[in-house]
Amino acid sequence: MSGPSIRDTFFEECEELLEALVEGLSQMEEDGQNMDVINAVFRSVHSIKGGAGAFGLDQLVGFAHTFETVLDKVRDGEIAVSEPLMSLFHRSGDHLSDLVAAARDGTDTQAETEAALTAELEQHLGEDAEEEEFSFDALTLDLDAAPPLAELQFVIAFSPHRALYQNGHEPLLLFDALAELGQIEVTATHDTLPDFDAFDPDDALLSWRITLTTAESETTLHEVFEFVEGLCDLTISTEERPAEIIPFEPMTELGDSDGDASADHPPSPDPGAAANAAPVCKSTTSSAAKDARGPKPTLRVDLDRVDRLINTVGELIINQAMVSQRIEELDIPTVAHLTNELEAYKLLARDIQEGVMAIRAQPVKPLFQRMSRIVREASDATEKKAKLVTVGDATEVDKTVIERLADPLTHMIRNAVDHGLEQPQTRIEAGKDPTGTIRLSAAHRSGSVFIEIADDGAGLDRERVLAKAIEKQLVPADADLSEPEIDNLLFLPGFSTAGQVSNLSGRGVGMDVVKNAVQALGGRVSITSQHGKGTTFTIVLPLTLAVMDGFVISVADQTMVIPIASILETIRPRTADIHPVGTDCEVVSVRGSYVPIIDVAENLNLADRITDKTTGILLLVETELQGLVALRIAAIHDQRQVVIKSLESNYAAIPGVSAATILGDGKIALILDPEELIRLAQSRGPDPVNQLPRMELRHG
Amino acid sequence: MAETAEIQAESQFEFVTFSAGGQNFCLEITQIREIRRWTPVTALPHTPDDVLGVMNLRGAVIPIFDLAARFGLGKTVDDERNVVIVAAVESTTIGLLVESVSEILSVDTSKIQETPDIKSEATRHSILGVIPVEETMVRVVNLDAVLNAMQSVPA
Amino acid sequence: MTTKVLAIDDSRTIRNLLRVSLEGAGFEFHSACDGEEGVEVFPDVDPDVVITDINMPKLDGFGVIDALRSGPNRTHVPILVLTTESSDDLKSRARDAGATGWIVKPFDDASLVSVLRRLTGHAA
Repeated sequence: MSGPSIRDTFFEECEELLEALVEGLSQMEEDGQNMDVINAVFRSVHSIKGGAGAFGLDQLVGFAHTFETVLDKVRDGEIAVSEPLMSLFHRSGDHLSDLVAAARDGTDTQAETEAALTAELEQHLGEDAEEEEFSFDALTLDLDAAPPLAELQFVIAFSPHRALYQNGHEPLLLFDALAELGQIEVTATHDTLPDFDAFDPDDALLSWRITLTTAESETTLHEVFEFVEGLCDLTISTEERPAEIIPFEPMTELGDSDGDASADHPPSPDPGAAANAAPVCKSTTSSAAKDARGPKPTLRVDLDRVDRLINTVGELIINQAMVSQRIEELDIPTVAHLTNELEAYKLLARDIQEGVMAIRAQPVKPLFQRMSRIVREASDATEKKAKLVTVGDATEVDKTVIERLADPLTHMIRNAVDHGLEQPQTRIEAGKDPTGTIRLSAAHRSGSVFIEIADDGAGLDRERVLAKAIEKQLVPADADLSEPEIDNLLFLPGFSTAGQVSNLSGRGVGMDVVKNAVQALGGRVSITSQHGKGTTFTIVLPLTLAVMDGFVISVADQTMVIPIASILETIRPRTADIHPVGTDCEVVSVRGSYVPIIDVAENLNLADRITDKTTGILLLVETELQGLVALRIAAIHDQRQVVIKSLESNYAAIPGVSAATILGDGKIALILDPEELIRLAQSRGPDPVNQLPRMELRHG
Repeated sequence: MAETAEIQAESQFEFVTFSAGGQNFCLEITQIREIRRWTPVTALPHTPDDVLGVMNLRGAVIPIFDLAARFGLGKTVDDERNVVIVAAVESTTIGLLVESVSEILSVDTSKIQETPDIKSEATRHSILGVIPVEETMVRVVNLDAVLNAMQSVPA
Repeated sequence: MTTKVLAIDDSRTIRNLLRVSLEGAGFEFHSACDGEEGVEVFPDVDPDVVITDINMPKLDGFGVIDALRSGPNRTHVPILVLTTESSDDLKSRARDAGATGWIVKPFDDASLVSVLRRLTGHAA
C-alpha cells in the first residue's frame, strides 16, 4: 500500500495538535477556569508525547512530559493561571513546535532554549520535579533478570472477587497463561456455593487451588495475575520457600504518585524571566459558538487525488464548452430542447467544479495562529509590547495560497511590530495603550480573499520614506508625490524601510519581495497609513488558483484571456479622446485625466500598433505604481471562467503572460498578466508612462 | 527464442527516423509518446523562431518546436505531410514539428558513431551521434539539449 | 475465528500503530477516535476486546469503561487501557472502573499481542 507512513501521519497529526494547542492557550487566556479548554491543551501535549514515544523521539517526549506535567497541575487546580504562566506556556508551545519540526526534519533545536524553558517549567513543579523520573516500561518487561531457576513447585490459591468477572476477566484464561509456564494442576473448590435459590450468576463463588511446576520465577507468575490484583485473593507459595520472600505487589513501577506531588509545594512565584514578555494572542472569533458546534466529521484525502480530480473537472468544463460550441456550429434548427440540456450540463459541470475547488480550500486559522508566535518573537526582540488579534480566521482559502502566504505574512507581521509599533513609553506619551495591537483579518469579498495586517502604531513617516527613496535614487529629488504614492514607495525593489537597523530588520527581505510573492499568487497588495493611528496592508487574492474569471479578447489576430479582476473599466474611445504624446505615445482622456495607452499586440511582438485610433478597445487597469493605464486590444468577445494551465510545466515563463487556458474550440489561449505587460512596456524603448508627469495621471 | 530476444534487447535500440529541413534525424522510440498530425498552434510572444507555440494535448499545454529551425535548416514549410512528434523527457512533454516520419530503425549500439566535428556548437550539442543507414546518415537527436536550449531562451 | 479488537484513541498515530501491529498479528481491527464514538460503535463492532486510551475528548477512558460496564447493555468484554502513565494510582483507578488490564505506551508489538491473547484466549 502506498500512502503516508505512520511516521508521516504522526507529524501530520502533530501539526493539528500544535494548532489545537495554540488555540487552547489563547482560550485559556480568556478563561483560565474553563476545564474543557485546559483539558484540550493538556491532551494536545499529551498526544504529542504519546506518539513521539512510539517513535523513540526522546527529546520531544522529555520536553512534552515536563510541559504536560505542569499543565496537569493547572488542570488539578494546583497552579493558578497567570499572565507569566501563559507566556511560559506559549513559549513552551513554540519550542514544542520546534522540537516536532526538528524531529521531522532531523535538524537540531536550540538546547539553551530548551534548558531555560525546562528550568522555568520545573519551577512550577516544586522540588520533587527533579526526582521524578518518567519511564516507559513495556508491560511484559521481565523485571527479573536472574538466570533461569531450577524447577519449583508453586502452590497458588486463587479466589476471584465478583469484580474480577465484571472487569472482563476469565479465570480459565489465567490458567491457560499459567499452563504455558509449566506443568499445571487445577482444582476448584466449591465449598462456598450457596443453595441454588440463592445463586447469583454475577457473583464469584468458585475458588481454585493450582499447583504449577515451572522453571519460571515467582515474579513471572505474579505477572500473569497482574491485571487481577485486588480483584481476587491470591497467594503464591513454593514448597521450598515461604511466600513472603517476594512481596505481594511485585509490579510496583517507577511512578509519579500523581496527587501528592506538589501538595506541599505551592506554585512558586514566577521569577522575572517570564515577566517582561507578555504579548498575548486573542481571537475575537466567538469561541462559544464554535464550541457548541463541535468539530465536523472530516475525511482525509491524499492531496494528489484532489488535484487529479481538479484537473479532470477542468477538462470537463472545457469539454462542456467544446460540446456546446460544436452543437452551435451544427446550426440545427430545432435545437431548443438540446440547448436546455446543454445549459443543465453546464450548470452541473460548474457545480462539480465549485465543489471540487472547495476541497482544496482551508481555513486561514493555522496560518494566523502561527503569526501569534511571530508577534511574540518580534516584540521580544524589539522590547515592544504587542498583541495579535485575529479576525475571520475561519475564512477559507486555497491550500497553496495559504502555504505561499506564510512567508510574506511573517515578514509583514514582523515589520508591523518592528516598524509599525512604537516603544511602550512612546505609546504611553501618545495616550495609547502601551501594548500595541496587530490586527490580522481575513474575509471573502466579491470573489476575492482580503487579508489585512493592521497595526495601531505611529503610521508611516512619509518624510523619511520619501527622503530614503530619493537617497536611494528610486525617485527624482524633486519628485512631488501624493501620500498614497509615497506609501507605495515601500514596495519598490531596493527600498529598505528601517532607518536604523533593528534586531529584526536586515534580514534582506523588503516589501518588494512580499509584493512579488502576492503577485505570483495572482493577488495584489496595497498600503494605507494614517499618521499617529497606524498602518494597514491589504492583500487581495483570488479564491482559487485553478480557475479565473476572464474576458476572452482579441490581440492582433490571436485570442487571449485577461483577468477581469484587473480591469476597472472598458472604453471604446472616440478619436477626440486620444492624444499623441511625443512621437510614439498616446494617452486617452478619461473623465478629465490623461491615461497612457499601452498597445498589447505591440508589446507582445505580435503585430504593429493599431494605428487607427477608433478601432480597438481600451481596458483601464489600475497598477500599483503607475496608477491608471489603458491597455489597447482589438476586441472583447466573451466573459467566462477559464481553467488556468501552467506554461511553465512544459516550457517556461513568458513575459506578460501568466498562464494559458483551453477554450471551447480546444485551442489554447494565453492569459495576460496586465501588471507584467505594463512593466514590459516600460522596459522597452519609449515609455509612455514616464513621459507624462506622474501627478497628472492620478486624479480626474 | 526468448534468449535471443533478450540479447537483442541489450545491444539493440529502436529509433524512429524522420526528416526535418531535408535531413534525416531519429529519436529513441522510448522517448516518443505519440505522433500527431500537425494542427495550428497558439503562438507565444517573445520566443525565438524555432518555438512555434503551444498545443492542447488532451488538456495539457505543450510547446511545439520547429526542429528544422532549431538545427538552422530554415523554417519547416507548411505541408500536409508534416507531423508533430510528441516526446517526453522526465516530466516535460514537448512536440517537435518535422516534415515526415520515415521508419522504425533497429540499431545495434555499436553502429552509433560519434558526432563528426562540425562547426556549429549548438548543432553538435543537439546531436548525440550518427547512424549510417545504407547511403545516408541519420542523426540521433539529443532531446535534453534541445529542450534545455529552448527553455533557456525566453527571459 | 479472528479476534475483533475495538481501539479507542484520539491519536491517529496511535490508532495507526495499533492497526499495523494488530492486523499484522491477525486481529480484525476497528477503531474509534474518541470515547463517545467508541461507546457508540461498540454494539455494531461487537468486539472481543476493547483497547482504550485514557485522555480523550468528549468521553475519557474511564467514561468509556463505565459506559461499557454499567447500564442495561453492560458487557464483560475485556477492556485494555492504553496509557502513557505507568503509575499504580492510574492502574488501580482503571481497575476500580472495571478495566481488565492496561498497557503502557509506547508498547511493543509482541507484548501487546501477548496481552490481548491472554485476555481473550484467542490465538489471534
